[in-house]
Amino acid sequence: MAQRKSSPPEPPLTSAAGWQGVVVDWSGDREAFKVPWGKAMMWVFLLSDTFIFGGFLTGYMTVRISTTVPWPNPSEVFALTIGGTAVPLILIAIMTFILISSSGTMAMAVNFAYRRERVKCAALMLATAALGACFVGLQAFEWTHLIVEEGVRPWSNPLGAPQFGSTFFMITGFHGLHVSAGVIYLATVALKVLGGRYEKSGNYQIVEIAGLYWHFVDLVWVFIFAFFYLW
Amino acid sequence: MAYSSAEQHHEPHSFWTRYVWSQDHKVIAVQYTITAIAVGMVALVLSNLMRLQLGFPGRFAFIDANHYYQYVTLHGMIMVVYLLTALFLGGFGNYLIPLMVGARDMVFPLLNMLSYWVYLLAVLVLMASFFVPGGPTGAGWTLYPPQSILPGTPGSDWGIILMLVSLLIFIVAATMGGLNYVITVLQARTRGMTLMRMPLTVWGIFVATIMALLAFPSLFVSGVMLLFDKVLGTSFFMPAIVSMGQALSYKGGSPILFQHLFWFFGHPEVYIVALPAFGIVSDLISTHSRKKIFGYHMMVWAIVMIGALSFVVWAHHMFVSGMNPYFGFFFATTTLIIAVPTAIKVYNWVLTLWHSDIHLSVPMLFAIGFISTFLIGGLTGLFLGNVSVDIPLSNTYFVVAHFHMVMGVSPILVIFGGLYHWFPKVTGRLMNETLGKLHFWVTFLGTYAIYFPMHYLGILGMPRRYYAYDNYAFIPASAQQLNAFITVAALIVGVTQLVFLYNLVHSTFRGRPAGSNPWRATTLEWQTPETPPGHGNWGAEQPEVHRWAYDYSVPGMAQDFVPQNSAVAGGGDDHDQTVVKAAPRRGRKKT
Repeated sequence: MAQRKSSPPEPPLTSAAGWQGVVVDWSGDREAFKVPWGKAMMWVFLLSDTFIFGGFLTGYMTVRISTTVPWPNPSEVFALTIGGTAVPLILIAIMTFILISSSGTMAMAVNFAYRRERVKCAALMLATAALGACFVGLQAFEWTHLIVEEGVRPWSNPLGAPQFGSTFFMITGFHGLHVSAGVIYLATVALKVLGGRYEKSGNYQIVEIAGLYWHFVDLVWVFIFAFFYLW
Repeated sequence: MAYSSAEQHHEPHSFWTRYVWSQDHKVIAVQYTITAIAVGMVALVLSNLMRLQLGFPGRFAFIDANHYYQYVTLHGMIMVVYLLTALFLGGFGNYLIPLMVGARDMVFPLLNMLSYWVYLLAVLVLMASFFVPGGPTGAGWTLYPPQSILPGTPGSDWGIILMLVSLLIFIVAATMGGLNYVITVLQARTRGMTLMRMPLTVWGIFVATIMALLAFPSLFVSGVMLLFDKVLGTSFFMPAIVSMGQALSYKGGSPILFQHLFWFFGHPEVYIVALPAFGIVSDLISTHSRKKIFGYHMMVWAIVMIGALSFVVWAHHMFVSGMNPYFGFFFATTTLIIAVPTAIKVYNWVLTLWHSDIHLSVPMLFAIGFISTFLIGGLTGLFLGNVSVDIPLSNTYFVVAHFHMVMGVSPILVIFGGLYHWFPKVTGRLMNETLGKLHFWVTFLGTYAIYFPMHYLGILGMPRRYYAYDNYAFIPASAQQLNAFITVAALIVGVTQLVFLYNLVHSTFRGRPAGSNPWRATTLEWQTPETPPGHGNWGAEQPEVHRWAYDYSVPGMAQDFVPQNSAVAGGGDDHDQTVVKAAPRRGRKKT
């Protein structure tokens, strides 16, 4: 950045009009986007990851149509019996609430990172990671419930179509891996923030980059939630 | 942010950090290239073994039907993924992107290094499948279920598992490398290097890498699901099925789903290897004909358009699988529309050559050879893009001839051209020209000797994928003579590649010293202070770019080329001129 101030690029390439001006502006030298490369790289990675989740969900929808056995009713499968009454989707509602809340704490952490309040930032990041760990824990609980009590397996399902188990374990498992990786990622960055690592370089971008990843994992969950539990 | 990453990590000194665990993009590029060539040689031997069986059926007892299918599968998979993709993106992309855009390295060198080692792991896992019980998979390179994972197909136990695992690992490697290439192009160019001043090589690799990042996820998904079908007994792709007289426990899956997922990757993959070839060939032609590329802007937009369109044509690989006729119409139309930007590129290459000062150096020979093979392969693509023509031809050798001309041989010719062209920058020495010309002529003429007869065989109705053609009354006896001829040609071409390998190794140590810019080229990689470029590429200061990459034979200049970092006035492309013209016009309005 300092370099740019000392010697402006020549010739001025932003003077064309109309559509060509748009091209010229966007294709200026050095950077296409006025963001650090790490953030741009995370965006591109998330775009690629979107295609992976998109592929999994497309596969899910296709086998749900192609299977010859009726699909189990999600509000019964995912119900928990609390105090003698079956409450549909209660566990998943809690899990979703936890994950959405963690996006809130993450956003606050990014805010405090830019204010250079590193203790608050690290605490909020650790809170985010803890909420994420809670989510994974509840997911493990749900898996256990399905496997042990309901007898659902990836290859078979006493409640209906075997593809229910296959797609459920595959997609929530892949998402759970993302959350787990995110928990480790956030905890690592949080400890570095606490240790003053970014104080030396004066650069807290990494907090925001980790945040991008975390919000993405949340957003993907919203889609999985809609497609799996509400359809 | 510090973009000059060389300042961050100090220059490595020990042998291990410099040549093995290196984070330098140039070393990683060479590692990628050597690995890809090595694994490509395996695939070449496999193709020659296949040809031995087809040309002289029954003469070689060790090639039984199972082996034949394993050779077909591994030949296809290695050539498409582990050779072409890895060599264009990991080899050429790694070496050329930072040098051509004036960067000191990739933006994230550690990730770049990991990309190579993960790629090597993928290669090793794949090679391991030769040594497991049952051998490698013989499912055909498209790995269509249900047959790919059921007994009866060779390698349906360990072979297919290692194949899928290897692909998943490869995708991780390609993603790690790809993120680096895309972001280096977008965010780490040197001063003055606008996107519209980048050499077309960088444009081609850049767009191909974006495509790879969006297409490989689809292969990843299908690979994971197929692996689960095989290992866990899920039924993603498996319908209710009777295998060898026994009903299996699979039911309710969709085999067509696999085909859609696979080809949503598979078709862009064609352009993932073609676009870098387009870019490199543009630079080779312009440099060796001492003339600016014709229609630079159109070339860039054609690359972008081809990249975008290639995501909406995938089902043309599935016309024979059956689909709603309206979908067939849609996919045939989009397929034929791709011919427009592609034809623009071919015209522009020819118009660049028109009235130019053509130097028939070895890279130029390969570039011109590419135009020829690509044109032939592209034209047969127009045949096959039409549903009604595709359906009778799809299972014949016509298709084999088509895709080998257009996406097998054509990119390989460009790879050879590129290696001969940039070898002097990598090693500081020139490759032997006589051996190079021998290599070119045998390979180029051999290509036609091999694939031209296949078109006729296809129209005769000779089905592809068959192990032997005995007792098929509809295939005339003369077809066998053509098959024998093709096999002899293939063996000669195969052996000739040893000349290339010898040339590569010999010239590395004994080649004629090249100087820093033997082809008198304009692009930045030839303007480095040292040859081969040192760590950090540019010495004390990164270059500053003042013009586009194609200032060849500019009237009134001392030399017939003006390097991109030269500040002399004159030259420049249409684009820069319009900008310069636009500025005063605006000024007049204001006053």
